[in-house]
Amino acid sequence: MVSKKIVLRFPPQVVDKPVIYKLAKDFDLEFNILKAIIIPDEEGLLVIELTGTQENFERGFKYLESFNITIQPLNKDVVRDETKCSHCGACVTICPVGAFSVDQKTRKIIFNDEKCIACDLCITSCPLRAMSIHF
Amino acid sequence: MAKTISEINEKIKSGKAVVLTAEEMIELVDKEGIKKAAKSVDVVTTGTFGPMCSSGMYINIGHSKPRIKLGAGECYLNDVPAYAGYAAVDIFLGAAALPNDDSRNKLFPGKFDYGGGHLIEEFVAGKDIKLVAKAYGTDCYPRKELKNYINIKDVNEAVLFNVRNCYQNYNCAVNLSSKTIYTYMGILKPNTGNATYCSAGQLSPLLKDPYYRTIGLGTRIFLGGGIGYIAWQGTQHSPAVARNENGTPKSPAGTLAVIGDLKQMMPQWLRGTSMLGYGVTLTVGIGIPIPILDEEIAGYTAVKDEGIFTQIVDYSHNYPHVIPGNLGTVSYAQLKSGEIELNGKKIPTASLSSYPKAVEIATTLKNWIEAGKFYLTEPVEKLPGADSGMSAKLLKERPIRQVRYGH
Repeated sequence: MVSKKIVLRFPPQVVDKPVIYKLAKDFDLEFNILKAIIIPDEEGLLVIELTGTQENFERGFKYLESFNITIQPLNKDVVRDETKCSHCGACVTICPVGAFSVDQKTRKIIFNDEKCIACDLCITSCPLRAMSIHF
Repeated sequence: MAKTISEINEKIKSGKAVVLTAEEMIELVDKEGIKKAAKSVDVVTTGTFGPMCSSGMYINIGHSKPRIKLGAGECYLNDVPAYAGYAAVDIFLGAAALPNDDSRNKLFPGKFDYGGGHLIEEFVAGKDIKLVAKAYGTDCYPRKELKNYINIKDVNEAVLFNVRNCYQNYNCAVNLSSKTIYTYMGILKPNTGNATYCSAGQLSPLLKDPYYRTIGLGTRIFLGGGIGYIAWQGTQHSPAVARNENGTPKSPAGTLAVIGDLKQMMPQWLRGTSMLGYGVTLTVGIGIPIPILDEEIAGYTAVKDEGIFTQIVDYSHNYPHVIPGNLGTVSYAQLKSGEIELNGKKIPTASLSSYPKAVEIATTLKNWIEAGKFYLTEPVEKLPGADSGMSAKLLKERPIRQVRYGH
């Protein structure tokens, strides 16, 4: 079993299609929606965690691509500007999934983007605005 | 044998001074004891890098042709209102100032993306700043309007003048209520969901000279990446609070007013800071050298996080309503472990002050002294001390009940 957090972008003509239902029903991919933005006549954006077999992933992704839905791994979307971060640690208790931790030796803040769910709580809670989200 | 500051300066001049950061001093005293360390070490450097309210700058922009008197007029720098009530072209800008059209907390919690603190950072970085001013015009200052770009390299003076910085210890903040609150101590989750603190602890300047034996008026310091001076005790200076045996105060105590030429400072050590739902401030880098004159001072500089304590304060009700007392006491070692315990509950902790940057400041100051670029100063005057009886008072409430004309 594989688990992946991904960002899907839907072109306007696909917004009304039940693609996530199909992912679960036809390809047995378990889903957990982390974020969804749908603007009618424009596009849709979905941040989702999928779990399933590698084979089903490949088939499911092919299905999504057939609708011109773009797929991108999530961890490229939330980034830390290393020149802005002062490693204060204000983010550590704000992140709901513990993506930030303190290196007990250097006291620097480690950002583990694999854990990130792009909830964007860290963006405005960072006093120096070192975090940004790029969908 | 006791040393003097001038003896230490002689050693700095000849490149023989032994300078350690407070972290290194702790290690040395652990290994060799206070007696030996006091003999071998000449200077211990400290550092802190955290949001510091009551920061600001004043500038003199130079006279325009024809002349304008901004005093009693209106003045904006990048839309942030500045104080021009001094005279003709002297302007003061505080870190917490916000543009008039900022929505503040109307859309709660307000984001506070840009204000005085950010403007100071940009100004120091050499960016052009938009000055827009209106005046009423006089015979000697006839001009009534000014719209002009200004740059730090062109103005006559640019001076950082922070009236309260470098708090000697600060509260650990928690939220006892059932909803999230947005404070200057950061976002506090409901039902003591987290605890925040804001001090460099064992590296923090005033915690390493708790009775202000060497840090006083006129002391030369690292300020915002350049050189600055202690101008006065900071506002709300409260040295008379309860203290531990090692001299460190158990709650916020002493503060410093600091001043320095902004033109030689660096934007990475003066950072515009946005506290969600609270407002704008400036994160300031300060480092203070402590001359090791005797064993007592050596002992103070070697105090560890384990020996420095602060009080836990509820920011949902007790702090805003000024209810005395606290919820308990914790050491900085506990705070830095990532978890504290309050009433049997484990609470995750977060720091608002950057320890890695504090280390960088203490190390930079050490390098300056070792290279003979920075000499120590004898205080011109002592700061009011623990026995001065001085403490920050609350407002004497005298509500005005009747509007009287003329006053």
